[in-house]
Formats: sequence, structure tokens, C-alpha cells
Amino acid sequence: MSFIVQMNNISHKFGKTIILQDINLSIKKGEIFGLLGPSGSGKTTIVKMMTGILSPGEGEVFLNNELMPSLKQMKRYGFMAQSDALYQELTARENLDFFGSLYKLSKSKRKHRIQEVMDMVDLTKHLDQPVETYSGGMKRRLSLAAALIHEPEIIILDEPTVGIDPVLRQSIWQELYQLKENGVTIIVTTHVMDEAEKCDRLAMLRDGKVIAVDSPEHLKEGIGASTIEEVFLHYGGAAQ
Amino acid sequence: MNTWTLMKRILKQFRRDKRSMALMVAAPIFVLTLMWLVLDGDSKTLNVALVDVPDPFQETLEESELQLTSMSLAKAEEEIDDGSIDAFLQWKEQKPYLILEGSDPNTAGAIRNELQAAAAPNDPTKEMNVSFWHGSEDMELFDYIGPVLIGFFVFFFVFIVGGVSFLRERTQGTLERLLASPIKRSEVVFGYLGGFGLFTILQSILIAVFSIYVLDVYMTGSLMYVLLITFLLALTALSLGTLLSAFAKNEFQMIQFIPLVIVPQVFFSGLFPIEGLAVWLQAIGRVMPLTYGAEALRGIMLRDEGIAEFQLSMYILIGFVVLFTLLNIFALKRHRRL
Ligand SMILES: Nc1ncnc2c1ncn2[C@@H]1O[C@H](COP(=O)(O)OP(=O)(O)OP(=O)(O)O)[C@@H](O)[C@H]1O
Ligand SMILES: [Mg+2]
Repeated sequence: MSFIVQMNNISHKFGKTIILQDINLSIKKGEIFGLLGPSGSGKTTIVKMMTGILSPGEGEVFLNNELMPSLKQMKRYGFMAQSDALYQELTARENLDFFGSLYKLSKSKRKHRIQEVMDMVDLTKHLDQPVETYSGGMKRRLSLAAALIHEPEIIILDEPTVGIDPVLRQSIWQELYQLKENGVTIIVTTHVMDEAEKCDRLAMLRDGKVIAVDSPEHLKEGIGASTIEEVFLHYGGAAQ
Repeated sequence: MNTWTLMKRILKQFRRDKRSMALMVAAPIFVLTLMWLVLDGDSKTLNVALVDVPDPFQETLEESELQLTSMSLAKAEEEIDDGSIDAFLQWKEQKPYLILEGSDPNTAGAIRNELQAAAAPNDPTKEMNVSFWHGSEDMELFDYIGPVLIGFFVFFFVFIVGGVSFLRERTQGTLERLLASPIKRSEVVFGYLGGFGLFTILQSILIAVFSIYVLDVYMTGSLMYVLLITFLLALTALSLGTLLSAFAKNEFQMIQFIPLVIVPQVFFSGLFPIEGLAVWLQAIGRVMPLTYGAEALRGIMLRDEGIAEFQLSMYILIGFVVLFTLLNIFALKRHRRL
């Protein structure tokens, strides 16, 4: 069985502090894979390593069996960072057009895709508005749109739904399911329990270690919990 | 290809960011003008005595704004001593000798400019011998100032705007976002240099043309050469600014580089004479881009030098640009190994 993302024996330090310890993760093609863990447990660090913008101190990251960082693999994922990375002076359209061009999408393709992704995040009305006039949640959604612009086969989302209301969150998840139907692999970090529940598999993180990886159902069964929240509390340390 | 995409984006951002536009265009002009108003005492009448000057040349001088009086050598020497004339022009063995009072550098420079302008057609002042009644240091100081100021303002403003923009790219997370796409590190750097470079060409033209034609800075050389050097100087400032922004955490720290990086360059670039300094002190000036930019500009503007004469400074500036650009590409390794 080949995995689309593989992290082997990853350890990492920032200065002298050990941030990640011996992480091994394998993510299957077409699944929704969640990273759940308390703040500061290393979720962002892990997803940055998957994208290749952070090189692990020890260990290796593979995308499609190719060692990261690799420019070829960078075309294949879409990344939405935890903090919005957008050009404030430019309009949504200009931002998306810029990111689209980086992936060598043709002009007509970009035009078409901009409509599609803006539709997806329900921002079509604000297409020609400068980003600096966007609300926090709108910026979040635009970041998501920018991650999807080039129809990537892997989507890496770092807390995508922070600051987004439940109705919209619901519709974004609808879209993610739709993408999954089309064979897209989705990797998502989250704090939100009902979101964790929606993942096919979950990795529970604590203090830079992966404590458990399994489907939400199995995780619950394993410790006799009825909700993911209990699982989180159990593994997150509060129950010990 | 990605370089071009990045350049287009930067130009678009410029169009939106009116403040930076204004900073890069209006600010140098405003400051240069102020500086010139302070340094250039235009309203003063300049008294020049003529000693044995042949009639034809005297006629051409009538059109200048100098206050001319013919007198004997003895009288002229007496008057220049008590300061009632600013200079005298003497004809000896078919050649003009200009003796400047010299205690006020502005006056000295202005007289030289005036004579140069008035005598332009057949131009005997080209070989005019200039000397000073009271030493010559001050004259050099004045001559240095115009070209150095042009170089300095180009350097200063490009450094700030380029450095801060690149820094902002990092702090707002878009640099990371860029590097999480299939763009090469070199494309990021070239895109930045290209985008700002285009704008910088305009800015260099503006500052140089304004100084030379509006403020009437002393200039005998070729405008194309002046533009070439100011542009190279701007590229140096841009690549140095983006490089140093890697070592700043925020805009405030970027601004702190000004006293560290910009101000010392002013001391060593010729605004102040450094010939008398210790060798090791002079050596400091040798590693500063502005030194070479100012040297080349002085050569072109004051002595009408051609490429053959200022090429060394030019190559050194190009060397700085290449060096800083490579270091920029290398510095991005911190963000992505590839
Ligand atoms: N650049 C850095 N320098 C030093 N320490 C860092 C750096 N980036 C992250 N850390 C540390 O690494 C640890 C993990 O950070 P990370 O951002 O991965 O956490 P996280 O799980 O994403 O947290 P959150 O849920 O709050 O986003 C934290 O203790 C943080 O302080
Ligand atoms: Mg995080």
C-alpha cells in the first residue's frame, strides 16, 4: 500500500526545546486526515514539514514517494496557513490570480477557477474588494479559496474554520467532502470537536508526540468514550 | 515566468499603495529642494572683477548674472582681501585665471557655474585655471555635494521602501505562502528586484533630472551616465535592503538599520574630506556602495568623465548588486531548503 504523505522518524527542535519527537505518520490517498491536539502540541510544525517550507531536524517527509522539499510535489498540494497570507492592498481577484499564475494556470483557466473557488467559499459578491476591507472570517475563506485555486490533489489546511460561523463551516465541509469524492486527499488540523469527528482518521498529538492514530470511532471505543471531546481530554492530559 | 508574475504583482501593489509611491517620488524631491534652498544662496549678487580680460570674452560675460567690474590687478587683490568682491578673472598669456575668494563655498561654486554657462559656446573656461585666495578645501566640499546628494537620496529611499516591503512579505506570511508554491528562491528574489527595479528606473530619472535641470546642480557630463549610475546605486540599495530585512523582525528594526548602514555611508562618500584620515578608516569607505556611486557621479557631473574613467566604480557597483542578490537567494534558504 502506498501512502500519499509519509513522515518517517521526524524529530525537531527550535533552539534547545524539543518540539517534535519521533513522529511517524502515513496518510492514504483520498482520506480526510485530522491532526488534533492542544495548542502548542506541534500541529502547525507538522503541516509545515509536509509542505516542505520547514525541514525537520531529523527524519524525512515524502509526498508521493518523493522526498520533500521538491518543486514538483509543491504543485500538487494546496496549503492554507494558520494565519492568513494574503496581499492586503490587492482585491480578492488579484490575489487569486497571482496565486493561480504561480501554478502556471492559463488565463482563461484562472478566470474560470476564480469563479469556482469564490463560489465555494461564498465570496463571489466581494470579488473586487481589497482584502484589507475584509472581515476576519472572509479573509479565512479567501485563504481557503487560494489554497484550492489550482485543483490540488492534496489539500493541507491549518485550522481552516477558525472564525467561520457554523452555517458556513457546514457548507465548507460539504465542499471538502465533495473534493474527497473526487479523490482529493485532505489534511486538516483542528481544535473543533465536531470537525475532528468528520475526519476518516485522526492523529492525536500531545507534547510533540503522536499518541494515537485511528478513526474517530475506534479512538472512542478504545477508551470507552462517547465523544471525541472525551478522547481529547483523555489524551490531552486533563484526565490523567 | 514566475519572476514576471511577481513583478506584475508588485507593480499592482504599488499602484494601490499611494503612500509608498509618494514616498519614493515626492519625498526625495521635497528633501532635495529643501537642501538646495539651504545651501544655495541664489539671491545674493556675485561681484566679479575683470583684470585684462579681452573685449570679446567680456561681451559674452555681460549676459551672465554676475556683477562685473573692470579694474587693475592691484585693486582687485585689495578688494578680494577685504571681501568686497567674490572673485576676479584675470587674463595671463592668453589664458583665463579665475581666483575665487573661497571662504563661502556656495558663492565659489555659483561663480564657476555662471562663468561656465556664459562662456559655453567657445568655452575657454574649460581650461580655466581656478585657484583660491583662501585655500581650496571648501570648493571641493561644495562640488562634492550635488552628485553625492543625488546618489544618497536614491540609495536612502530605495533602501527603505524595498527593505520594508520585503519584510512585510515575511511578517504577513505571504513569503511562506509563496515558498509553499512551486516558485524557485531565485525567482522570488529576481521578481522583487525586477518589480522594484522598474519603479526605481523612474525614480532615478526623476531625482537626477530634477536636480540637474530644476535645481541646477553643477553638471557638465552626460545625463545617460548619471542615470546609469543612479540606477545601479538604486539596485544596490534595493538588494541590500531586501537582504537586511531578513535580519529584522519588524518595520521598527528595519528603520534601525538606517543609522547603522546608511548614515556611515554618508560620512565616507565624500560629503566630508577623508583624505587625511587613517588608512584603516579610509578602508571602511572602500566597502560602502555609496562611496563608489558618489565617486562615479562626481566624475561624470564635475569632470565630464566617460565610461573609460568611471568604469571601475561601475563594475564595483555591479559587483555589489550581484553579491547582495546571491546572498538574498541564499538567505531564503532559512525558509525553504530548496
Ligand atoms: N519559529 C519558532 N521558534 C521557536 N519555537 C517555535 C517556533 N514555531 C513554533 N514553536 C514552538 O513549537 C511548539 C509547537 O508549535 P505549533 O505552532 O506547531 O503548535 P500548534 O499545535 O500548531 O498550536 P496551535 O494549536 O496553537 O496553533 C510551540 O511550543 C511553539 O512555541
Ligand atoms: Mg498551529
